[in-house]
Amino acid sequence: MAKSQTPDAVLVQMYISGNEDALATLINRYQSRIFGFIYSKVNDRDIADDYFQETFIRVIRTLKTKEYYNEKGKFLPWVMRIANNLIVDDFRKNKNIKMMRDTEEYSIFSFIKDVTPSVESNLISSQISFDLHKIIDELPLDQQEVLKMRFFQDMSFKEIAEATNVSMNTSLGRMRYAINNMRKIIEKNNIYLSA
Amino acid sequence: MAKLYSKKKLASTKMLPKKETIQFILNYSKALRIVKIGNMNFETIAN
Repeated sequence: MAKSQTPDAVLVQMYISGNEDALATLINRYQSRIFGFIYSKVNDRDIADDYFQETFIRVIRTLKTKEYYNEKGKFLPWVMRIANNLIVDDFRKNKNIKMMRDTEEYSIFSFIKDVTPSVESNLISSQISFDLHKIIDELPLDQQEVLKMRFFQDMSFKEIAEATNVSMNTSLGRMRYAINNMRKIIEKNNIYLSA
Repeated sequence: MAKLYSKKKLASTKMLPKKETIQFILNYSKALRIVKIGNMNFETIAN
């Protein structure tokens, strides 16, 4: 293991002058510490792998350009700084977008629900309203009138009484009869109006 | 002897990147060539 004793600075120089094995040695020497450093920030192995890869891509490009890197025996802190900057940059970019991962015990769909009515519930509610109108049509006309004014036109009993030219008590009574009659029709014909 | 029923640790304790990641990095390094001409850097990736 003579190679692992070679100082970082020498390995970096060897790599810059074209020795690819020097990079492999450097990665082998520090992979655990760099990966651990990244993992301690992101807490996810796959994401840590991505950052690890991205970090070394930057390292390789910088070393191959031979421009920005001045070796002073500080290879590891330099790589860690790159990794840290990458993570911080991404964190800033993503800080307004919350990311969640689906796991077995936690699913995003237990929080978010599709509130639009399904085809089935649309069918059911149209069936219910169809049945209801049929039942209303069975009622005597004066009761129908009060019921429709109250529920479909949202009129008060006072307004209904004025409009139909009867007393308020009469319209209240008609409403009561209307509802009782509807109950009877529903019971008699075994109609289910709930979804 | 008493048995231990505690769950086996799923992740190994040693933190190492995947072998594929290392392999990718080394291959990328071999494939990448940067040529500097004037002020510009030209990158070529041999495939």
